[in-house]
Amino acid sequence: MVDLLASAEPVASADPVASDGPALDGRLATWSNAEPGSRATQLARGTTPDRAEQGQKNEDTGKAQSMSVLKRLSGIIQAKANRALDKAENPADMLDLSYEKQVENLQKVRRALADVATARKRLELQATQLQAQADKLQTQARQALAQNREDLAREALARRATLGEQLQQLGAQHEQVETQQQQLETTAQRLQTQIEAFRTRKETLKATYQASKAQADIGAAVSGISESMTDAGMTLQRAEEKINQMQARAGAIDELLETGALPDMLGTGGGDDIQRELDRTAASGQVDAELAAMKAELAGSGGGVGALPPPAAADAGTSTPATGAPAEPDARGGQDQGDEVR
Amino acid sequence: MIVRILGEGRYDVPDADLPAIEQLDDVMVDAMARGDDGAFAAALADLITQVRHDGTLLAPDDVRTSELVVPHEGSTIEEVRALLAEES
Repeated sequence: MVDLLASAEPVASADPVASDGPALDGRLATWSNAEPGSRATQLARGTTPDRAEQGQKNEDTGKAQSMSVLKRLSGIIQAKANRALDKAENPADMLDLSYEKQVENLQKVRRALADVATARKRLELQATQLQAQADKLQTQARQALAQNREDLAREALARRATLGEQLQQLGAQHEQVETQQQQLETTAQRLQTQIEAFRTRKETLKATYQASKAQADIGAAVSGISESMTDAGMTLQRAEEKINQMQARAGAIDELLETGALPDMLGTGGGDDIQRELDRTAASGQVDAELAAMKAELAGSGGGVGALPPPAAADAGTSTPATGAPAEPDARGGQDQGDEVR
Repeated sequence: MIVRILGEGRYDVPDADLPAIEQLDDVMVDAMARGDDGAFAAALADLITQVRHDGTLLAPDDVRTSELVVPHEGSTIEEVRALLAEES
């Protein structure tokens, strides 16, 4: 019958005992002669004064009471706590089970703490990377403006704005992680203290549980502990959900960082297209400058070509026969490709 | 009256605080019905502040159960709805 109870729905176990009465009474009898209404009895019946009272109030006063968030949460946590204890067949088992669950919970909380720390580091790393990328885009915007490429500067600043939004969201998330970490640390500390106190208490209670007073004590001790464990479990679950959300988001940001976030201007796939465009503009600017210098030189002195600086000579060498012609389509080409994307 | 803040612990809060707590509870219920995240967050924050301020934190080995349970600090309406959904 205990198995049936254990597999019962949480609400069923918290409901008034009418239909389950005989079986539960049987279980109670095996436990003790605990008085009706004592904590142990309530515990065994899968209800508590709070829960019973709440149910009563809900029926009596209707909507207003049943809507209370705090009372509804209390009912849920008590029901969960009781369900966790339904597996125990006697008080000694209940104490041991309770103890094992606490230790297990503490381990889970510690694992979650490690996960939170990892998530936090990852967020911090990403924030640094995003910031570096934003700074780089800022520099590129300046370079583009200096090269009279307002279109490129605009593109760089637009991307920078997108990164800024991401950075802001990362900041908010970082705060959330810190809260999670804090709550988990508190939970771990309290569980640790609770476990130490419970370990000694449980042996004392087991040794004396024949006495009816001790029966009630066990019920009280265990239901209090069980409530705290349920809280720890819920806190853990919430932290895990947050960590999952964070990991999903971190994955998206990694992707964003990898691709540069953004539609590829030149359609060459990946890499820093703004930088390439800037380099190209700078290169064609240099060709223009060298050509201008050559023209000036030829027009001015009629002196030797050997006066050209060596790097310019290499670069300009191929374009010497058709002065100026190759450089211009090049520059326009860059401009056109830039315009295509706009 | 024992009030638990999820993820934090239990506080022994003076009964005189009950009306104020119930009022904030009502504000939360109302905010949930309207889907007003801002009002909900504000009421929850006020509630937690009040419980911490007026209440005495119970030692972890104190086994008393709580009468009221306050959601985790910073919970959203969506998160609380998910918790409450476990009722049915």
